[in-house]
Amino acid sequence: MNFDFSDDQKSLQDETHRFLRDRCDLSVARIVLDDQQQAYSESVWQEMVELGWAGIAIPEQYGGIGLGYLELCVMAEEMGRFLAPVPFSSTLYLFCEALLNGASETLKQEILPQVATGKLVGTMAFAEGFGFPGRDRIGVRFEGGKLYGDKWPVADAMIADAAVVLAVNEDNEPCLCFLDLDQEPVHRRQLESVDPSRGQGGLEFFGAEAESLTAFEGGSGNSGWQLFQRVLNSAAVLFAFEQIGGADACLAAATEFARERYAFGRPVGSFQAIKHKLADVYVGNQLARSNAYYGAWALATGAEELPLAASVARVSAIQAYEYAASENIQVHGGMGFTWEADCHLYLRRSRSLALLIGSSGLWKKQVTRELERKFV
Amino acid sequence: MDFDDTPEEAEFRLEVRSWLAEQASAYSLKSFDDLSFEQQLSLGREFQARKAERGYAKITWTQELGGMGGTPMQAVIYEQEEEKYNFPTVFFAISLGMPIPVMRRFATEAQQQRYLKPALRGEEVWCQLFSEPSAGSDLGGIRLKAVRDGDDWVLNGQKVWTSYAHISDFGIIVTRTDPTVAKHKGMTFFFVDMKSPGIEVRQIKQAAGGGEFCEVFFSDVRVPDGNRLGEINAGWSVAIATLMEERFAVTDAAGGGAQLEDTMHFLRRELGEGDGGLDDPCVREKIADWYIAESGINNFYARLLTGLSQGQLPGPEAALSKIVIARKLQAQSADIMDFCGPAGAIYPDFQVSRANDYRIAWLEAAGYRIAGGTDEILKNTIAERVLGLPGDIRVDKDIPFEELK
Repeated sequence: MNFDFSDDQKSLQDETHRFLRDRCDLSVARIVLDDQQQAYSESVWQEMVELGWAGIAIPEQYGGIGLGYLELCVMAEEMGRFLAPVPFSSTLYLFCEALLNGASETLKQEILPQVATGKLVGTMAFAEGFGFPGRDRIGVRFEGGKLYGDKWPVADAMIADAAVVLAVNEDNEPCLCFLDLDQEPVHRRQLESVDPSRGQGGLEFFGAEAESLTAFEGGSGNSGWQLFQRVLNSAAVLFAFEQIGGADACLAAATEFARERYAFGRPVGSFQAIKHKLADVYVGNQLARSNAYYGAWALATGAEELPLAASVARVSAIQAYEYAASENIQVHGGMGFTWEADCHLYLRRSRSLALLIGSSGLWKKQVTRELERKFV
Repeated sequence: MDFDDTPEEAEFRLEVRSWLAEQASAYSLKSFDDLSFEQQLSLGREFQARKAERGYAKITWTQELGGMGGTPMQAVIYEQEEEKYNFPTVFFAISLGMPIPVMRRFATEAQQQRYLKPALRGEEVWCQLFSEPSAGSDLGGIRLKAVRDGDDWVLNGQKVWTSYAHISDFGIIVTRTDPTVAKHKGMTFFFVDMKSPGIEVRQIKQAAGGGEFCEVFFSDVRVPDGNRLGEINAGWSVAIATLMEERFAVTDAAGGGAQLEDTMHFLRRELGEGDGGLDDPCVREKIADWYIAESGINNFYARLLTGLSQGQLPGPEAALSKIVIARKLQAQSADIMDFCGPAGAIYPDFQVSRANDYRIAWLEAAGYRIAGGTDEILKNTIAERVLGLPGDIRVDKDIPFEELK
C-alpha cells in the first residue's frame, strides 16, 4: 500500500508552499478583492511563470517541465491554501487539459510552448447563463470555422489570451473549439462575482475564427462531448486539491483562534460546542482529502474509474470546504464577519469553486450513474 | 501512488489466502443460526487453535510468545483476508484485543507463561471489566471497591457492559482502592478468575435483542495481591495503556450493514422504476451521499495503511472512522427502510442470515454509536489530541473521590 505522494512530490509541495507564503499571502488576494480594476495579480503570476509553473505539467516536447498530474495536485493544494489570485487553474486545469487531450499535433506545437513561457493565459468557456450546459443545452454555434453566441460566466475572461469554447457544430453535435481571444469579433465584459479575487467575465462571439479540437481518442460516441467530460473530470480532481487546501487553512485559522480567544474565563476552544464543531470540520476535511487522493490516483494512472473518482472527489471537496469556511466565520464570532478578517475570503472562494465546474447536485448524479454502471 | 502490496506483503497475502481457503470448508459458515451457542463457541475454539498454531492469533508477537514475529501490516493483511469469510472469531476479539496485550505488558513472567498461550488458542477467554453503572465515558468514576486483607484484596461492587463475561474464564478489572484521594489517583488494576466465589454474571438483553453484554456482580471476591497489574493506586495509567493498545482493526466502511452493491440490486429488483427505486432522484442522491462517505473512509484507511506499511503506527486521528461509519450506518439503514415504504418496518423470515440486514443494522447502529467510545468522546479525542484544543475545565480533578457527587 503506497497511497500517498512521493518524497519528491512532497518537496515540490513544500517549495510551492514557501513561495506562496513569502510572495502571495492573503494580502495579495485582498489587493485584487479591493481593487475591482485588477483581475489578477500580474506580478505574482509573472514570478510563477519564471519558476516554470505555467508549464509544470506540459510535456517537454512542447516546452514544459513535463511533470505529471500528481505534481499538479500538490501544487493545486497550495494554490487553494493561499487563495492565489492567478490564472493557474483556468490555464492549467481547463485550457491545457483540453488541448493536451483534444488538439491536433500542430496546434499543440503552436500553443503549448506559449503557455509554458507565460506568453499566453488560457481558459475554458462552457457556461451560458443560468444552469449548467447539458448536451442539448448549448447555444453557441460553430459554423464555417467561426463561433457565434455568448458564454458567461467564464473564469479569467478579462485576462485570457485564448480559450477553449464548448459549442455545437453544423451537425448539431457538441464540440470544443480553440480560439485566439485577441480578435475583433470577440467582445469581453467584466462580471462582478461573490469571489472577486478570481475574476470572471463574459465572452461574446460574432463570427470569431476558431478551430475544432477533434483529436480526442478516449471514450465512445461523440468525441467533442467526451472530451469536454474528460476535461471536467480532470479539473474536478485538481480543483478538489485547491478546495482541501482552502479547507485546511480554514480549520487551522479557526483552531488557532479557539485556542487564543478567551470568553467566560476560558479559551473558547475548551467548550465542547466548539470542539465538536471543529472535530466535524476535521472529519470532513480528512474524508475530502482521502477522496481527493483517490481522484489523483485515478487521474495519474489513467484508471477507468476516473469519472467515479473525480465526482466523489469533487462532491467531498465542495462539502468540506464550504463547511470549513462557514464554521470558520462562526468560530471567529462577529470579528469573523468583518471585511478586515480573512474569513470571508475563504467563504467566497469556497462558494465560487463549488459552482465553477458544476455544483454538487450535478456531480452527485454522476456518482450514482457511475455506480450503476459498475454494479447494476 | 498506488494501492498495491509490496512484494513481501503480496507474498504473505498469498500464504494467508491459501491457508484460509483450506480452513473455509470446515469453519466458515454462511450462517451460524442453525448451531447452538455452545456449538458455535466450540467451532470457534477449534478454528482459533488452528490460527494460533500458525502464529496468526497474534501476528506481531514473537514466536516464543505464540505469534509469528510479523509486522503490523501483516496483521492487517491477515484480517483483510479473514474478513472475506465468515469464521466464528467474535468470541476472542475482546479477549485478544485488550486483556491479553495488557497481561503481556504488566503480568509477571510466570503469569505470562501460564495465561497467554491458552488465550491465543481460544481455550480460555478473557473479558475486560471496566464500565460501571456510574462510570461509562468517565471511566475515572468507577466505584467497585478493592480492600486489602492480608495477601488478598476483597472486591465488592458491580461492572457493566462487559462483553462475553458469561463465557469468560478470566478478566482484567480496574477497582477503587483509595477513595480519599482524587479520582484518577486511587485506582488499582488486577486480573481475576471469573470462576471465583462471589462473582455473578448476568447477561443484559440489549435493545436490539443481543445478549453478549453482561453485568457482573462482585460480593467479597478474594483476589490475591499477586494478580495486581501495576502499582497500587496506579491503575489509571494501566487503564490508559489498555485503551491505547494497538487496536488497528480492519475497517468495514459499511459497518456491518448492507453493502452498497447489494442494496442497489435490491432496490432495482424490489422497487423497479417506481418511487423508492433506483430511478427515483431522491434515492439517487442518497446513494451518492452514502458512497461518498464510504469512499472517504476506505481511502482514509488506505492512507493509514500506507503509514503502517512504512512503520508508522496510526495516531488518534484514526478515531474518525467510527464516528463516520456508525452515523452513516444508522442513516443509511433508515433511508433504505424509507425507500421500502411501510414494508421497510417488517422483518423478513431470516432463512439465510440476519447479517447485513438493513433493518437489523438500523437498530444496532444506535448502540454502535455508543460502544467503544461515544461519538462525543471521540470528537473530544480529535479536538484535543489531533487539533490540540485545550482540555475541558475539570471540576472533579483535585477533589477526593469520596466527596464527589
